[in-house]
Amino acid sequence: MTSTAPAPLRRDTARAPALSTGHLLLHAALILGSVAMLLPFGWMLATSLKSPPQIFTYPPSLVPNPVVWKNYLDTVQAMPFGRFYLNSLFVAVSVTTLQILTSSLAAFAFGRLRFRGREALFLVYLATLMIPFHVTMIPNFILVRFLRWFDTFYALIVPTAFSVFAVFLLRQYFRGIPVDLDEAARMDGASSFRIWAQVIMPLSGPVLAALTIFVFLGSWNDFLWPLVVSNSHATRTIPVGLATFRGQYNTDWHLLMAGSVIALLPVLLVYVVAQKRFVEGITLSGMGGR
Amino acid sequence: MTASTSTQSSVPRWQRYKPDQQWEAYLFLLPSFAGFLIFVAIPVVASLALSFFEWSLLSPPEFVGIKNYKQLLSSDLVFRKVLFNTFYFIVTIVPLQLAFGLLLAVSLNQGLRGLEFYRLIYFMPVVTTIVAAALVFQWFFNYDFGILSAAVWELGAKTGLPSPPAGLAERSRLGQTGSRDPDPVEKYRLYYGHLPGRAAGCADRTVRCRQGGRRQRLATLPLCDLSHGQPHNLLPDGHPDDRRLPALQRSLRHDTGRPGASYAYHRLLYLPAAFEFSRMGKGAAVAWVLFIFIFVFTFVQTRLQRRWVHYEAGGDS
Repeated sequence: MTSTAPAPLRRDTARAPALSTGHLLLHAALILGSVAMLLPFGWMLATSLKSPPQIFTYPPSLVPNPVVWKNYLDTVQAMPFGRFYLNSLFVAVSVTTLQILTSSLAAFAFGRLRFRGREALFLVYLATLMIPFHVTMIPNFILVRFLRWFDTFYALIVPTAFSVFAVFLLRQYFRGIPVDLDEAARMDGASSFRIWAQVIMPLSGPVLAALTIFVFLGSWNDFLWPLVVSNSHATRTIPVGLATFRGQYNTDWHLLMAGSVIALLPVLLVYVVAQKRFVEGITLSGMGGR
Repeated sequence: MTASTSTQSSVPRWQRYKPDQQWEAYLFLLPSFAGFLIFVAIPVVASLALSFFEWSLLSPPEFVGIKNYKQLLSSDLVFRKVLFNTFYFIVTIVPLQLAFGLLLAVSLNQGLRGLEFYRLIYFMPVVTTIVAAALVFQWFFNYDFGILSAAVWELGAKTGLPSPPAGLAERSRLGQTGSRDPDPVEKYRLYYGHLPGRAAGCADRTVRCRQGGRRQRLATLPLCDLSHGQPHNLLPDGHPDDRRLPALQRSLRHDTGRPGASYAYHRLLYLPAAFEFSRMGKGAAVAWVLFIFIFVFTFVQTRLQRRWVHYEAGGDS
């Protein structure tokens, strides 16, 4: 699109740059892009408030008239979205807590302790980062069945409570913390565990916050694994619940869109409120597209 | 990343702490390592082994050698199509995505006012559940009533391309849902009869997918390629990112696994194999072939990148 050629980097003097033509053009393009970004959301919202005859009029309109709030009631009555929320929340909180716990302990060992085979083991960890989830999914599914965990929260939580990526990220961060702190603590008689708990972890606030958001979001939005291992409303998370809903009400677009709004709204609200944290979290962990 | 590790002297690293500290380290490692072993390392090996077996979970597994692979690569037409689609998406969507991403990043880095606002909006898709996004886009691109189709038709009316047939407006006036569709092939002729090459091919694919018994309609015209290509799922490096789309498509659009499922792309295929027809071995084989496919792609790409990009000062990351 636009000619991004001119306009030298002005980040530092960003106080109040005069609106040059280049900037105006850029604004125009970005606003256009924003509209394109928001249009699907608007279309979703509009459809969720229309009655069926309104939905199927041509040409389609972005403004529901009259506004049909009852769609939401119908949706909630058709599918236990409240239950799905609770499930999602429970799974995401558990996964996040466990994953940060196990990963930070391991990262502490990799980054701060010396032991035989450290480098080799870390290399093995790293090597598996390359392997896509779908390679391990079938054996995991078989394992879950074997353990009789199918359609239980164990299946949803335990296999995802470990993360190579989190270990890697935390280790890199831990290594940046001066070793003198450990040594001073050790002089004072602190155990390794205590150093982890009272020196390293408190000093890792930013990375832990970022990781928390990242893991939580990933777990909340995860779809494939929960789909494979959950089989009843009791364990379905929001994405799986929504997909099930789709399966049953497959041309009732007003209800489906209302369901989508219900599924998206809380996350979007939290995101708008805590935007900065989110963006930090996603960029710090450097895997935005996940 | 591990460039400046050793600040130390001649003593081997692991000897400089007392043995009991080693055990401590292993203890710290234990929870993560146990999980790693059980849910990552062993499954990788198991999946490779599994791909040489035929196993329905009900009867005992039977060793079949490379039969699964042979079948996939020689006689499985769907798999061939799927491989091609994967390739197609890698070479089309990934560069586009990179180009747009870069353009956006540069634009947002000009010290503009309202940066926060733009960032808020452009990041929004990252936090949305992909299922909801997929649903919305299906509706967005809906063949008869989607807002984008309407735009395309309007455009068509102005530029002399075929406009929606009368029957459609009729039907919409009555507010009926799409249960009484005209024959898809008929529709195809109506809509795309005059369109040249690519668009027609695209439409043709849409139609063929429908003949597969789908009720769900996909986008019209060139858009039909966008409707399923959730771009961020197409990273060619096959990192864990791709856990979302395949089953999603399986459950949202029931067109997988059938001959002529021309939309299906790679990760889509192993799922029905494994979970609908309980063919664990075949599923694993599909996963491995596609993993290798992606791996090779990434490897070649990294190699090329080394030739194109020169890093100053040794370039460690």
